[in-house]
Amino acid sequence: MALPVRYSFRNALVRWRSTLATVLGIALVVFVFVLLQSLAAGIEKSSGNTGDPRNILVVRKGATAESASLISRENFQQIQYFEEIARTERGEPIISADVLVLINLPRRNNGGEANVLLRGVTPRGMELRPQVSLVAGRWFTPGKREVVVSAKLARRFANFDLGESFRSGSAQLTVVGWLDGGGSAFDSECWLDADEARAIFERDMYSSFLIRPKDKVSGTNLIARIENDRRFKLKAEKEVEYYRKQTMTAAPIKWLGGFLAVMMSVGAVFAAMNTMYAAVGARTREIGTLRVLGFRRRAVVVALLIEGGFLAFLGGGLGCALAFYWNGYTTATLGFETFSEIVFQFRVTPLLVIEGLFFAVIVGVIGTLLPAVRASRLPVIVALKSV
Amino acid sequence: MFVRFMAAEAEEPIVQIRELFKVYQQGEINVTALNGISLDIARGEFLTLMGPSGSGKSTLLHIIAGVDRPSSGSCHVQGIDVTALNESELADWRNHNVGFVFQTFNLIPVLTAYENVELPLLLTRLSSGERRRQVQTALELVGLADRQHHLPRQLSGGQEQRVAIARALVTDPSLIVADEPTGNLDSHSAQDVLTILQSLSRSAGKTVIMVTHDPKAAAYGSRSVHLEKGELSN
Repeated sequence: MALPVRYSFRNALVRWRSTLATVLGIALVVFVFVLLQSLAAGIEKSSGNTGDPRNILVVRKGATAESASLISRENFQQIQYFEEIARTERGEPIISADVLVLINLPRRNNGGEANVLLRGVTPRGMELRPQVSLVAGRWFTPGKREVVVSAKLARRFANFDLGESFRSGSAQLTVVGWLDGGGSAFDSECWLDADEARAIFERDMYSSFLIRPKDKVSGTNLIARIENDRRFKLKAEKEVEYYRKQTMTAAPIKWLGGFLAVMMSVGAVFAAMNTMYAAVGARTREIGTLRVLGFRRRAVVVALLIEGGFLAFLGGGLGCALAFYWNGYTTATLGFETFSEIVFQFRVTPLLVIEGLFFAVIVGVIGTLLPAVRASRLPVIVALKSV
Repeated sequence: MFVRFMAAEAEEPIVQIRELFKVYQQGEINVTALNGISLDIARGEFLTLMGPSGSGKSTLLHIIAGVDRPSSGSCHVQGIDVTALNESELADWRNHNVGFVFQTFNLIPVLTAYENVELPLLLTRLSSGERRRQVQTALELVGLADRQHHLPRQLSGGQEQRVAIARALVTDPSLIVADEPTGNLDSHSAQDVLTILQSLSRSAGKTVIMVTHDPKAAAYGSRSVHLEKGELSN
């Protein structure tokens, strides 16, 4: 028979001064773990939030990102007539050939320079990306060297306010609008007219094609047709799939989060162990009394493990609460796929909170195990005689 | 040479101790705490164990109560040789057969008086209603029914010891062992505690074994035995 759970809970709380250090230590570990994982989750969410499930994206075979892809105009001429592609009322194929260029621009407040992804996009390409909307100013006019930048990037880069301009390639580009990508990867891009982009950056090739097939079956057939046609050497896949795979940037952050958490948790385990050794040491006679009353060793161990686990749970809750403060905070990092600045938000998801709490409890239980076993193994008479 | 003290009653003694030895190892020296004790204790007796410090009286009490083990010899309580039981069996046996009263009360500080008294009953198959009734009865018996929701720190020393007696009684054990139960109490509280222990023996038929230094406390018992250097003396 186990000891009542209230025994463990009250013991954990009654010595709150001595247990505070452990609670704070575990809170710190969980905070770092959850925060780094929420960073990775934010990047993944940004990529996973991008694209229309009906669209198909085509890049050069072997290219890991649109910006590293080059597709000839000849390929565009051939593919646009494929019968699998949906057409407008006027019979025009719904396909957009985009140009992506990386440009180096200064950050605000002399914060150094960083790469920004510039997308040359066609009117059709804008229609195919309805999640992108204009939040300030107006859309660019082709031929006037105008650009629309992400509102989130505008807060981070110099000369990105409406009416300001910056030099890139052979041209001076004027910012005429701010776009909002709805939490997608487009929040990390600047858009201008596709033909103008090819002219400014002297590009004879396209970077990618975005296609709307007639229907699901046509989409499957189109992917197979492009992939299997030996003339093209192109890779076609659903747009959402492409962006879902663009989570390479999140991997090292996740790894770092896990690594740091493991390293710090070793310290937290020792902190918990220290606290529980002290708690058990101060209660040796009490434990002896429980044994005298008939409670078995196992009951004592379980009661102490619950106590340690509960303490750690409190620490975990505090850590999650601290991490949650950053939920939704927008930040940016270098994207390993595009080597450009990518903007995203911290995402403290319910799953991350559960993981954080579970992690905390594991730390607490591991830290408590040795003191608990040691206390339970003490002969009853020795425990009773303890001062 | 061992002195035997046999109970007067014809009934089978509740405690039968034969040739009990307890030797401690202190470094390279052997310390004999009990030196061949043989003793019978009758059912319903209030036996006091007296003697100077280090005479072995607490050790004897602990062996009778199944808390400590002898080096050799036997100790039968209600016909069961407690020296032959393993740890788990001893834990169960103590829970069902022995009530403990300690000098320092040994209440669990984070539990209320009611919860402290209820603790030994959690190891039984009693329903919560039955447990409640028994706890109330035990607390009423020691006159602390109105203090059941108090934590130990909110009680006086005498009240704490009465809660400890209620805890010792609550499982209705036939044997109650008390190790200097009045050692930490003022004379008034000590008198209350001794009166309760005496009435448990006289009215409820419990066998009470009490270790004490105090001859006044020993006077409450029905019989007193003295130990000196691990041997019984009279």
